Amino acid sequence: MENAAIIGIGMTKIEANKVRETFADMVWEAVNKALNDAQMTINDIDNIITTSNDFWDGRTISCMAVGDASGARNKNVSCVEGDGTFGAFYGLTRVLSGSYGTTLVTAHSKGSESISSLITNAAFDPIYDRSLGMDMITACAMQATAYMYRTGTTSKQIAQVSVKNHGNAKNNPMSQLPMDITVEDVLNSEMISDPLHKLDCSPVSDGCCAIIIANKDRALKYNDKPVWIKGVSFCSDSYFLGDRDLSKAASLTKATNAAYKMAGINNPKDEIQVAELYDAFTYQELMWLEAMGLCDDGKGSELLENKYFDIGGKLPVNPSGGLLSGHPVIAAGLIRIAEIVKQLRGEAGKYQVHGAKLGVAQGVNGLAGQSHCVWVLGKEK
Amino acid sequence: MGKKRVAIIGTGQTYHKSHRPDVNGQELIHEAVSSALCDADLTIADIDAIVIGNMDHFEGINYVDCWSVDGSGGVMKPIIKLTTGGTTGSTIAIGGYHLVASGLFEKVLVIGWEKNSESDTTGAITTAFDPVWDRLVFAGAISGLAVEAQAYMARYGATDRDGARVSVRDRKHACNNPHAQLRKEVTIEDVLASPMLADPIHLLDVCPRTDGACAVIMANEDVAPKLASKLDWIWATSSRHKYTYIGDVNWGELDSMYNASREIYKKAGIKEPNKEISVIELYQPYSFAGIIWIEDMGIVPRGKGAEYIWSGATDMGGELPINPSGGVIACNPIGATGLIRCAEAAMQVMGKADIRQVPDVNFAISTGFGGCMWTDMILHGQKKPDF
Amino acid sequence: MTDIFKDIEPMVYKSQINVPYSWWAGKTASKFFTELKENKKIMGTKCDKCSKVYVPPRKICPFCFKENQAWVELSDEGILLSYTIVRKQLASLPKKVPVIYGLIKLDGADTGLLHFIDEVLPKDIKIGMRLKACFLEERAGKIQDIGYFKPIN
Repeated sequence: MENAAIIGIGMTKIEANKVRETFADMVWEAVNKALNDAQMTINDIDNIITTSNDFWDGRTISCMAVGDASGARNKNVSCVEGDGTFGAFYGLTRVLSGSYGTTLVTAHSKGSESISSLITNAAFDPIYDRSLGMDMITACAMQATAYMYRTGTTSKQIAQVSVKNHGNAKNNPMSQLPMDITVEDVLNSEMISDPLHKLDCSPVSDGCCAIIIANKDRALKYNDKPVWIKGVSFCSDSYFLGDRDLSKAASLTKATNAAYKMAGINNPKDEIQVAELYDAFTYQELMWLEAMGLCDDGKGSELLENKYFDIGGKLPVNPSGGLLSGHPVIAAGLIRIAEIVKQLRGEAGKYQVHGAKLGVAQGVNGLAGQSHCVWVLGKEK
Repeated sequence: MGKKRVAIIGTGQTYHKSHRPDVNGQELIHEAVSSALCDADLTIADIDAIVIGNMDHFEGINYVDCWSVDGSGGVMKPIIKLTTGGTTGSTIAIGGYHLVASGLFEKVLVIGWEKNSESDTTGAITTAFDPVWDRLVFAGAISGLAVEAQAYMARYGATDRDGARVSVRDRKHACNNPHAQLRKEVTIEDVLASPMLADPIHLLDVCPRTDGACAVIMANEDVAPKLASKLDWIWATSSRHKYTYIGDVNWGELDSMYNASREIYKKAGIKEPNKEISVIELYQPYSFAGIIWIEDMGIVPRGKGAEYIWSGATDMGGELPINPSGGVIACNPIGATGLIRCAEAAMQVMGKADIRQVPDVNFAISTGFGGCMWTDMILHGQKKPDF
Repeated sequence: MTDIFKDIEPMVYKSQINVPYSWWAGKTASKFFTELKENKKIMGTKCDKCSKVYVPPRKICPFCFKENQAWVELSDEGILLSYTIVRKQLASLPKKVPVIYGLIKLDGADTGLLHFIDEVLPKDIKIGMRLKACFLEERAGKIQDIGYFKPIN
C-alpha cells in the first residue's frame, strides 16, 4: 500500500446521555478538536466522509444532520453506514485514489435517543427470524455460550475483561464508566441473558469521533506526528447465525491476515505492542484476540489471568477502557483507531503503553461480529 | 500501488416493476449481480470487494451490508455500505471507483437496490428532515421539488407545458428500454390532464415507485483491458451535498449541480459541454428538473432550458440526447436509481445500449440527486483518461 | 468562556418513526411457510454443487452463488448448537422472561435454525442435546407455527 497517515484525531467525551447536544453539536466538537490536533483549518480538508446509521439516528439520510457541522457545504462528501472503521476505510481509499490529499472522517451516534433492543432486532431477517424477538445482546449471548463451550472459558474468566477494562478507564478522562470492580461484582450483577451479566455488557452511550487522513505528500505538512497506516482490510461472514460457526470469528481472521500481510507482519504476537478491540461484551475481547492471532486459540482467558493484556503486560488490550467503558455505536471503532494513534504518539497520558510502535484497531458491523474491519497502524513509515 | 485508472467492465439490472412479490430483497439483489457477472463474463469468485447501498427505512432492515450477503455474494468478502438518500446509487458508484482507484482492490462489484413496494415511501422520506425544525412542516420529496419548480417559473416564466414536454420525451425514450417500469408514450395533453399533486407538478411529471436492483462491475487499468473488449472509463467524479436545512437552498437553481459539473469539466478539460458530451443520463425525478438542471450544468444559458428541450436537441437523434433509458420518470427503485444512470451511461460508452444507443459516444455524464437538493456526478469516457 | 446554555433547561423532543412494512417473502420462503402451515413439514433447499442443505431455505447458495434447485424435507428433530436464556425483559422480546433461544441443527440440514426452546429447566439445557419441534394447532404460515423446540427424553 502507498503511504498514508492519520494526522489528526478528535473525540467528545463518551457519556450516557448528552442531553444538551445534537448530532451536529457532537460532530462540530470532534471535528474542531481533530483540526486543532492536526494544526489545520477546514480549508485544508479536501473531502469528507461521515459515518452514521439511519436506524440509530431515527432519521432517513442520517448524514444530512451533520453535513454543515463537518464542513461539507462546499466540498466533496459521502457517507458510510456502519462502524467508523469502515467509514475511515472509505476515507482512506479516497486519498489513495489520488483524488484528494486529505480526508476528514467523522462517526457519531446517540444510543440514549433510541431503544437499542428494537434497533438491533431490525438487523434480523424480517421474513424468517425477526419476529422471534432476538436483538444484539441475545445474539451475542448465544455466541458467548458457543465460544465458552468450545474453548472451556468460564464466566469468571470473561468477567476479568470487565474488571481490567473498567479499571483502565479510570485513567481515561473521555470514558463513560471508569470503575473499580471485582470479578465477584461482575458475577453478582444482574443476569441479562445467559451467560452475560450486566457488567459483561457495554453501556448505552453518546459520542463522536473524527480523524484526518492524509496522503504521503501532505502527511508532514501540518504537524510532525503522523501515524502511518500500515495495513487495513475488512471482511464479512455469512448472515444467518445458523450459517456460521458462532464460536469462531472466521471473517475477522481473514481480514486480520490480509491487514498483517499488507503491513508485512509475520508474527503478530511479537510485533504488535498494543490493541484496541471491539469489546462490546467481555467474551468478545478474548474471542477477537484469538481470531486475530494475538494469542493462541482458546488461550485468551489464561493469558488474561496472568495479566498479559494489562497495561503493564506483554500486549495491553484496550488500555483506554474499551467499549465496556463507553460504547457509542458507529463512533466506537473510529475511537479505537484514535486511541491507537494516541498510543503510538505517546500521548495516552496515564494509560500510555510504553514503547508502543505498532498497534492494531478493530471495528465490527452486524450481529455477533459478522463483519470486521482491521487497522494496523505504525509509528514509523 | 497507488492511483489506478478505473473502467466499468459490466453492468446488470433487474426488470424493474412496481411490485416483485416473487422474490425477497436478497433474491432481487442476486438477479442484478448475476446479470452483471454474466455481462462481464466473471464469477463471484473474481470479485475482490462489494459496495452496496439502499435507504434503510424503505425496507426497514438494519445493517443491510451484512443481511445482503446471501444475494450479493459477500460471504467471506469485504462488503461496505454507503448511503446518502436519493444520491445513494451514484454515491456507491463513486465509492466503487475509489476502492478500485486506491489500488487496494482489482475488481469491485457495486450494488444498488430498493423494494419501494414494501413500505410507505413518502412517510420514510419525511423522516430525512430535521426532527425538530423541518420534519413537521414538510412532506416527502415532492414538496421540495414543487418549491423548486415554482421558484424557477417565477424567475424565468416557464410553464407547466414546458415541464410536460420533458415528461413526453422521457416516457417516449423508455419504450426503447426493456428494463424500464413504465413504457407507454404520453402526449402533452395527457400530462397536463393528469391529477395535480403539488402545483405545478402533475402525476405524469413525476417518477413512480419501483422494485429493482442494479449492479456494476469496475476493474483497474491493469486488468480491465484483458477482461473486456468494450470499456467505459471513469474520468471524474463529484459529490456535492451542499445543504442541511430546506430553508438554506437557493431555490430555482440547483447549486450542487452547478458545482459538481464545473468540478468535473475542469478535471477533464471540457470547455463546451453541449458539444463535447454525447449523452446524459440525468437523475431527474420530475419533469421540470429536465429544464432547470441543464442550465445549472451549463448546457444552455439560464432561462433557455425550455427552448432547448422544445427544439428536440435532447431527444434521441438530437444534439445531446438526455435519458435514452427513459430516466427516473419511467423507473425509480431509489437506492438503485443513481447506479442505473451510471450503468446506462456506461452502456452508451461501451456501445451496448441496443435500440436506445446514441451513436459515437465519446463522453457521457451520469448524475444522482437526493437529500437536500444534492448532486453526484460521474464523467464517463470511451478513451482512457490521460491524467 | 460564558456558557450560553446556563439557566436553559435542555428540551427533549419526543418522536417516533412509524412506517408500515409489508415484506414480500418471495417464492422460496412462501413454499417453506406453506409447508409449515399445511403439512407441519420443515423444508430446506439443497445446493446442486456443494450439496449443502439450508434452513431457513435459500434460493441461492451463498457460497456457490448458484440457484438451489432441490427441496429437501428435514426432520423435525435435531441437536442444539448454542443457546441463551434471556432473564431481562428486553424491548424486543415477544413474551415474558425467562425466554430461551436456541440454534438448532435439524437432522438432514447443514445450518442451524433459530427458535424458542421450552418445556425444559434452564439448568438442564446443554449444547448437543436433542430437541424436537412442537407445532401449534392453529398455524398461520409464520415461523411461530413452530411454537418452540423441546427436549427429547
